[in-house]
Amino acid sequence: MRKNLNVIAAYSIMMGLIILVGIFQSWNIALSIFNLCLISAVMTMGANIQWGYAGLINFGIMGYTALGGLAAVLISVNPVQEAWSVGGSNILFSLFFIVGMVLAVRYVLKKYKKSKTRTYIIASIIILGIIIIRFVSEPGIEAIEEVDPAKTGFLGGLGLPIIFSWLVGAFFAGGLAFIIGKVALGLRADYLAIATLLISEIVIAIIKHEDWLTRGVKNVIGLKRPAPYEVNLQQTDWFINLVEKFNSGKLSLISDFTERQAALNQFVIEGSSVFVKLCYSGLFLVVVIILLIFTQKALYSPWGRMMRAIRDNEEAANAMGKNVVKQHLLIFVLGSAIVGIAGAMLVTQDGLFTPGSYRPMRYTFLIWVMVIVGGSGNNFGAILGGFAVWFLWIESAPIGLYLVNLTTAGLDDTHFLKVHLIESVPYFRFLMMGIGLLLIMRYRPKGILPEKIEIK
Amino acid sequence: MDFVNAIVLLLNYIFIPALAYGSQLALGAIFVTLIYGILRFANFATGDMMSFGTMFTILFTWYLQSYGISLGFLPTALLALPLAIIFMIGYMLLIDKFVFKYYRTNKSPPVQLAMVSIGVMFVTQAVVRIIIGPSDQRFFDGEKFLIKAGEFKEITGLNEGLAIKSTQVITIIVTLILVSTLFWFLNKTKTGKSMKAYSDNEDLALLSGIDPKKIVMITWFIAGILATIGGTLYGLDKSFKPFTYFNNMLPIFAAAIVGGIGNPFGAFLGGYVIAFSEILLTYAYRKFFMYVLPESLEPDGLVQLLSTDYKFAVSFSILVIVLLYRPSGIFKGKVL
Repeated sequence: MRKNLNVIAAYSIMMGLIILVGIFQSWNIALSIFNLCLISAVMTMGANIQWGYAGLINFGIMGYTALGGLAAVLISVNPVQEAWSVGGSNILFSLFFIVGMVLAVRYVLKKYKKSKTRTYIIASIIILGIIIIRFVSEPGIEAIEEVDPAKTGFLGGLGLPIIFSWLVGAFFAGGLAFIIGKVALGLRADYLAIATLLISEIVIAIIKHEDWLTRGVKNVIGLKRPAPYEVNLQQTDWFINLVEKFNSGKLSLISDFTERQAALNQFVIEGSSVFVKLCYSGLFLVVVIILLIFTQKALYSPWGRMMRAIRDNEEAANAMGKNVVKQHLLIFVLGSAIVGIAGAMLVTQDGLFTPGSYRPMRYTFLIWVMVIVGGSGNNFGAILGGFAVWFLWIESAPIGLYLVNLTTAGLDDTHFLKVHLIESVPYFRFLMMGIGLLLIMRYRPKGILPEKIEIK
Repeated sequence: MDFVNAIVLLLNYIFIPALAYGSQLALGAIFVTLIYGILRFANFATGDMMSFGTMFTILFTWYLQSYGISLGFLPTALLALPLAIIFMIGYMLLIDKFVFKYYRTNKSPPVQLAMVSIGVMFVTQAVVRIIIGPSDQRFFDGEKFLIKAGEFKEITGLNEGLAIKSTQVITIIVTLILVSTLFWFLNKTKTGKSMKAYSDNEDLALLSGIDPKKIVMITWFIAGILATIGGTLYGLDKSFKPFTYFNNMLPIFAAAIVGGIGNPFGAFLGGYVIAFSEILLTYAYRKFFMYVLPESLEPDGLVQLLSTDYKFAVSFSILVIVLLYRPSGIFKGKVL
């Protein structure tokens, strides 16, 4: 118990802060912060597996998040029959050609020794393949995008419950990570960082502009929900009774019947959105706990020991007969898959998929700040980092406003400096993140909760 | 005649814009490569440092304009540049003193320095947005065009117009002057040579009496000059927006790596490689073929290899291909 005192203390402070937000601002805000904290925690766990366990630097988190989000769309949206009938066959043919192209390249790679001719053959296969695919897919894509462009204009998905997409998102992200890992894992650390960052930008470019698949910047809205809708809740009896029971103290103070009914209505409306958010929190909490159990088990297993050995001294681990390349690829795929789950969770919670909103600041660098601040190599640290940094990210605007008001208290309200500073309050979050990261890296380079390995 | 028209078309839409864009990328890429070669880390704050320098230029331009000072047909920003560079160098030395120096003296691994540069990126971005705001700023004044498309048509009697923006010419000339001075400095002067020696082998350089403090300071000096000028030229040619500058970091990185990281000349050429391939692959060649081919063979579609949405993706794909086949870059930089 005593050993874990700092963990418990850190988490209680964090929960206390969220509860304070609930009391002073509103429970709605507190819960939405809490939910995004949980999602961030899943992302940081993924990044932490790669960076903390194996020392692999992955700046492509944004790409995996977006792929997870894409999975949510492809699983839950109902298929657009019309689009399938006008362009489906072209798309399927193109897919078939892509598979054929990949198989042909693989065959050439296996059959012939490395030479200039082989390179030329591969290049010509790829170029020829791309031309054929363009000719096959172009009419299909045009036809699909013309099907009711204001509402659909894409192929739609499978129409399954959205919760499945969390697994599928993991598979998508893992698959992408497998390809990237095969290409880029041999690079030196900072170049791996740049390569993954650029590849994730390519992924976003494709998701943004392939309208037939994702609707691109037109966004997909109104996704299915695993939780009940507020409107339905407000009309169900058991929920109204529940709210009445909860607020009976306040309600009994109001004597007038119509007034009491109005107050109850207000409570029901507030309560319904809190209830929906609580449903999400429950679902996310389950995911976080399952992942935490798995990652903790992995950390203390022989496999975890091997990963740390590889991280600390690759050559020695290699000499001991560990397959470094294979293990790196494995952990790269696993970590990215976890990020993919988080991406699907995020879209599930928002109920909409907006490819334009995927930006590296928010989805890559911020997650890295979380990992570093929380404590790389320590799962509890990573989760705490996700909570603390997200909390600051949201609450920095009010804090910034308070600070601005405090420092410029002597100035007139219309003074240009004060007006300018108040306008730029949203950017104080970048400042806080940056200074926080720099301070932590300088004075506590292992994070708030440093890695602690005990032999069990 | 058709052939000349086709050439003018390519000049107007591909060659000149790519040359200007390539110069802007090249300056950024040399900046990245110098920091990497001498201070030994990948600087993720590149784009934001460029926007920081540009911000100073804009502020000084406004200041000068408010006093009615201008350069006639040239943009006032050129007058503001030296002042901005001084401030920028000051900022960089400040960052170095408070942030990077600690890790350098501790001989931290490059990854840690890269992480620290992310912290610097956040802070710089915040400062830029707090001071000048996140929105578009145009600070160009003076003559906009050197040759207008209509005038060109009149003079030559061709169907195709050739418009040359003065910012494009300024970009190319300034880049040429700056880069040739830089290469002269690196290759011919004693300080430049000692910088190269330090980049090649730190221990050996220290043994032969090279002062690392001086080398680091001069590197930040050059970096400040490159970042401010590169950023200002980009801002003059297009427009200034902090978010675009952050995004420009990516093709700049691509240029530096394609050219061979740690090799300034490679980075210089890498900028053009990236710019030309981006524009060549996303240009719609329909009109070009209409001039060149006989009427019966005229194409129906746009004859565009990739849609312009994939402009950035092109440079990143080139980077990935280069990393796969020649990890040290086209012009042999450090092996990654």
